[in-house]
Amino acid sequence: MHIVVCIKQVPDSAQIRVHPVTNTIMRQGVPTIINPYDLFALEEALRLRDAMGGEVTVLTMGPPTAADSLRKALAFGADRAVLLTDRYFAGSDTLATSYALSMALTKIASEFGKPEIIFTGKQTIDGDTAQVGPGIAKRLDYNQLTYISRIVETDVAKGEITVERRAEGGIQLLKTKMPALITMLEATNEMRRGAIETALKAARAEVVTWNAEAVGIEDLTKCGLRGSPTIVKRVFAPEARSEKAQLVEVDGDAGAKAEALIAEIFGRAPAVEDDMREFAATHH
Amino acid sequence: MTDKPKAAPPAAGGRANTKKELPEHFKAYKHVWVAVEIEHGQVHSVSFELLGEGRKLADKRGVELAAVLTGDDRATLDAAAAQAFEYGADVAYIVCHPTLAHYRNEVATTVMTDLVNTYKPEILLLGATNLGRDLAGSVATTLKTGLTADSTALEIDDDGSLAATRPTFGGSLLCTIFTLNFRPQMATVRPRVMAMPEAEPGRTGRIIEHPLELNEDDIVTKVLKFIADSESDTAQLPYADIVVAGGLGLQSEENFQLVKELAAVIGAEYGGSRPLVQKGWITADRQIGQTGKTIRPKLYIAAGISGAIQHRVGVEGADLVVAINTDPNAPIFEFAHLGIVADAVTLLPALTEAFSKRLRVNRLAG
Ligand SMILES: Cc1cc2nc3c(=O)[nH]c(=O)nc-3n(C[C@H](O)[C@H](O)[C@H](O)COP(=O)(O)OP(=O)(O)OC[C@H]3O[C@@H](n4cnc5c(N)ncnc54)[C@H](O)[C@@H]3O)c2cc1C
Ligand SMILES: Nc1ncnc2c1ncn2[C@@H]1O[C@H](COP(=O)(O)O)[C@@H](O)[C@H]1O
Repeated sequence: MHIVVCIKQVPDSAQIRVHPVTNTIMRQGVPTIINPYDLFALEEALRLRDAMGGEVTVLTMGPPTAADSLRKALAFGADRAVLLTDRYFAGSDTLATSYALSMALTKIASEFGKPEIIFTGKQTIDGDTAQVGPGIAKRLDYNQLTYISRIVETDVAKGEITVERRAEGGIQLLKTKMPALITMLEATNEMRRGAIETALKAARAEVVTWNAEAVGIEDLTKCGLRGSPTIVKRVFAPEARSEKAQLVEVDGDAGAKAEALIAEIFGRAPAVEDDMREFAATHH
Repeated sequence: MTDKPKAAPPAAGGRANTKKELPEHFKAYKHVWVAVEIEHGQVHSVSFELLGEGRKLADKRGVELAAVLTGDDRATLDAAAAQAFEYGADVAYIVCHPTLAHYRNEVATTVMTDLVNTYKPEILLLGATNLGRDLAGSVATTLKTGLTADSTALEIDDDGSLAATRPTFGGSLLCTIFTLNFRPQMATVRPRVMAMPEAEPGRTGRIIEHPLELNEDDIVTKVLKFIADSESDTAQLPYADIVVAGGLGLQSEENFQLVKELAAVIGAEYGGSRPLVQKGWITADRQIGQTGKTIRPKLYIAAGISGAIQHRVGVEGADLVVAINTDPNAPIFEFAHLGIVADAVTLLPALTEAFSKRLRVNRLAG
């Protein structure tokens, strides 16, 4: 079985700060990481491969430095890494990203064998759209399985896959045909530690690097900013509320503080007091 | 070094059209649509919230608001259409077909793209639920149009375009996104981000039925089973009137019990900040914030939560935010209405005690 996992290198946004005066992002020294959700997808792919045999290819579109993330994925145990990089991809929105990635996936299929399963993460922590996966599925005509919490069974002979999908109010048990694109939910598994030998091999491994031309993109207007129907017109920091919180200041013990705070709460929100009373009357 | 978010780096090569030059064939696109989500016979309340918001957009544009309803049971669809009218829709597009019994991406995408191509809406809104996101991504790709995920504000700008604002960079900033030259302009909005509109009883509209020619045999994906969440362990957090939440300031899982105890006494749901999910103190469905749940309670009590922007965006709709924090400079005091600089580990049990005393007294007196 050939499985491809799409991973994205993202800034570790926990460490991003906004410049207090200019309201711009200060990226200086912010380390990059593999999008955390993509690690769940990678782990699931590695487990499938270990159970059923086959190969795992990791794919990313990004700047040349995104090769670091691919090497990390190789160190975890992926078999092959592909970097799609070209200045024409800069400024891609989800539609342009899914276009470029689907072209790379088509090339992967012809060079290394058609993937039965393509994994993506649920969403990225910088884009956060959860749309690139569905976009790829649509373009490649793969059956789309989003928000998958568990892969129940893969039957390679029949070309069938059964999964559990998180839906509103419950879990759908779905069966479909491969090839399929799966977006994996978080916290379904724990990322393995790569073996030392794998890590050493990964450090020396070659990352297959393609540009737009290499994956057969002739129409550059489908890429990057020009290929993106959405336009970001304005970026701004959220407004501070005009007045700060009113602080309840009382001397005394916690009991006195609690009484004072409750008096303030009920003073401001009498309806809440009514709700609580009704609740207390029926539940205590 | 400073940088702009991913969607707008410095222009590379030719720039995208930042001016509106709507191609001729898109000029016929008119009206605002809301994809109404019906699961197991019930309309998801995010659909009503979207109808309320869609109504405002339609009025500003001077166009109609339509609800799109799909399913396999005509009675359910008619009832949902009647509700949609009461919440502001002028038109209901109904597609009723046995293959639409359960949500499946394949069929749902076919139906939605066919409706769009036939009736040509200029704006299409969906809930940012698992269902809505799944559908929106594939519909936008099929139609090759723009989609803004998880919008927190929707406006019509001066030239009549949809201006969708959403958090970016992990929520540190907001950005306003346009789809100037493609139609429809699509956006998803998370449950509880928009206020629930007032229903107008007796308000009605037109029903337009649209056919679907499809055989179950032609559909590759089958739903084998649906395992409903048991009522007891699904947090009703987004719809709770009172929410008590804890953060890392509580220091231990044991201390987090104090939050639950307070919640139990005042009839609140409980939740927490993201690090608590990572620590395993609470389940992911109780996380509040950008990557968790959005809440709109009448009262929100946050204990030992610093108030990072990613947390804040999830509680923006709360009527009264009360913060308990030892640090008078904690960011949460910037957006809370009421605050107290105190140790939550001692104040929480005192609150539980004081509340229960008050409520008990009230009961005896009443
Ligand atoms: C992409 C992304 C998405 C995110 N999404 C979310 C999200 O959805 N929800 C979310 O919550 N976070 C989210 N975060 C994390 C967010 O940035 C913060 O890190 C997080 O909210 C902090 O949690 P906290 O306030 O519990 O902890 P801390 O920031 O550590 O704050 C603890 C607070 O407790 C106070 N304190 C300490 N001791 C006491 C005491 N005894 N009594 C009272 N107060 C005390 C401290 O003064 C401090 O203010 C996200 C981050 C990223 C990068
Ligand atoms: N530039 C990229 N390269 C590779 N995979 C990507 C890229 N952008 C997004 N993805 C994949 O698509 C998923 C959803 O991304 P998003 O739509 O940005 O939330 C991610 O979890 C990745 O698996």
